[in-house]
Amino acid sequence: MATDVHGSVTDTDTEPERRPYPGPVDSGAAVEVGGLVRSFGDRAVIDDLHLTIRPGEFVALLGRSGCGKSTLLRVLAGLDREIDGGVLVPRRKAVAFQAPRLMPWKRVWRNVLLGLPGRPERDAAIRALEEVGLGHRADAWPKTLSGGEAQRASLARALVREPDLLLLDEPFGALDALTRIKAQRLVAELWQERGCAVLLVTHDVEEALLLADRALVMEGGRIAYETAVDLPRPRDVSDPRFGALRARLLDRLGVEGKEGPEARETEPGTHADTSVAA
Amino acid sequence: MTVDQAVAGHAPPDISAGPVQSSLAKGEAREREEVRRGVTVADGGGGPELARVVPVSGRRRSVPRWLRRTVGPLALLVLWQVLSASGVLEADILASPGTIAATAGDLVSDGALPSAMLVSLQRVAVGLLLGGMTGVVLALASGLSRLGEDLIDATVQMLRSIPWVGVIPLFIIWLGIGEAPKIALISLGVAFHLYLNVYAGIRGVDAQLVEAGTSLGLSRWGLIRHVVLPGALPNAMTGLRYSLATAWLALVFGEQINADDGLGFLMNQAREFFRTDVIVVCLVVYAILGLIADFLVRTLERLLLQWRPTFTGQ
Repeated sequence: MATDVHGSVTDTDTEPERRPYPGPVDSGAAVEVGGLVRSFGDRAVIDDLHLTIRPGEFVALLGRSGCGKSTLLRVLAGLDREIDGGVLVPRRKAVAFQAPRLMPWKRVWRNVLLGLPGRPERDAAIRALEEVGLGHRADAWPKTLSGGEAQRASLARALVREPDLLLLDEPFGALDALTRIKAQRLVAELWQERGCAVLLVTHDVEEALLLADRALVMEGGRIAYETAVDLPRPRDVSDPRFGALRARLLDRLGVEGKEGPEARETEPGTHADTSVAA
Repeated sequence: MTVDQAVAGHAPPDISAGPVQSSLAKGEAREREEVRRGVTVADGGGGPELARVVPVSGRRRSVPRWLRRTVGPLALLVLWQVLSASGVLEADILASPGTIAATAGDLVSDGALPSAMLVSLQRVAVGLLLGGMTGVVLALASGLSRLGEDLIDATVQMLRSIPWVGVIPLFIIWLGIGEAPKIALISLGVAFHLYLNVYAGIRGVDAQLVEAGTSLGLSRWGLIRHVVLPGALPNAMTGLRYSLATAWLALVFGEQINADDGLGFLMNQAREFFRTDVIVVCLVVYAILGLIADFLVRTLERLLLQWRPTFTGQ
């Protein structure tokens, strides 16, 4: 893979020889993180983290709240650059946040095109909106969209950039249960069509297992556990292997996991939490 | 037996029906009694006592609201006219509404009022333009850069504590008694209001949106143009409304400085001849112009801020 698709996200006052890690090598991965440290004051939220994501791979990043998973996403997005260590990310990347973060003063289609280089055509926005089933709301003001529609518009805004890496920061967290299921399916379809690498930050184990090729658990500032999700798609929560994986991950997250789908209703820290907007 | 006694006659504690009962009309109470009895029979006394939610049905149509609201001012006007006509209120103190209307007609037809209005409007327009530009430029400089904030904001916040009307004597010494001090006074009032609101607007822009803009690849200028400035617009419009009101006030003050034309001149001249009718006409004109200015800003808001979630107009 050519080096020019990779932009390096590094400390603004870089001194390469002071880095504890020699710096990641461009090995053809979509994301290469080595020896990443991000401290807030004395506390290192990310502490010597290593992570590789292959092109086209869907990775879910789990962890308890405050474990640094959102910080990692912000680092990969280039929004947080007060870091030490080496980070290689594709130049073309896009973020969808938990809140849709549409500019309220721009109509939906202008929101979709915002920040694109050159003079993008309205048609490009319409195509992206149609992909997420929002073609008919192109001229609407964001205030008139429902929560699910706004989140889909935000997704269209990310996809229109044709990213090699799509960063999703709990994008379904603020949606109601039914809308969330639809949105998850949509993301799965779009990912299969586009083939871009995806990093999904979530605290919903089930969501991670429904969507991802690989699930990571972040703890103590690094990736403490990872497992391949080797289940056929589309996935079925009532599959016993699904239940076993979920139990294992919940266990890793410090929640006692129970096998079988009937345990779902009572598990704290999974679906019950996700309906609360942060 | 009164209605209340009827309720008390029922043995089980009755929380729901008590206060409602007394406000019900007699006929409805009787009806309720029947309903309750029916329910009691059907339930064998086991269920909770039910109270009917009485719809607010066709209350008698009263006089339309706008008509009622017009009555007060009209009555005042009539009283004023009666007092003037009966000689209780002398013309030297306050002219009668009829005289004032006639004077207004005369002033319009001989061209004195329109030309005075034109002069005053020009003063407001020039002051608004100069002060507006100064205020907005300063607010942009201090809102968009740390350096600008350190240099400008502290200074402006300090000067703000000086009542702007108080600087009139200084302005007369510096600028004489021509147009300059009047326009300077208007500019000063306008600049402060716009500065404060635009600055607050810029600093109040949602940091999450700025971050989203950054993640979308907007440059610094792109962020300012697509995120910061539109986000500051609602506050800027509020500032514009305040500064228009201030401009009008500054005009009234400023035109007391030895004006030789404009509405202020008309008023000063009238004062010397005890023409209370002319003074009132000028006051009414000030009020009408102020209302028109406010209407213009509201229209502008309606056009520019239709994206706002809180917007409630058409």
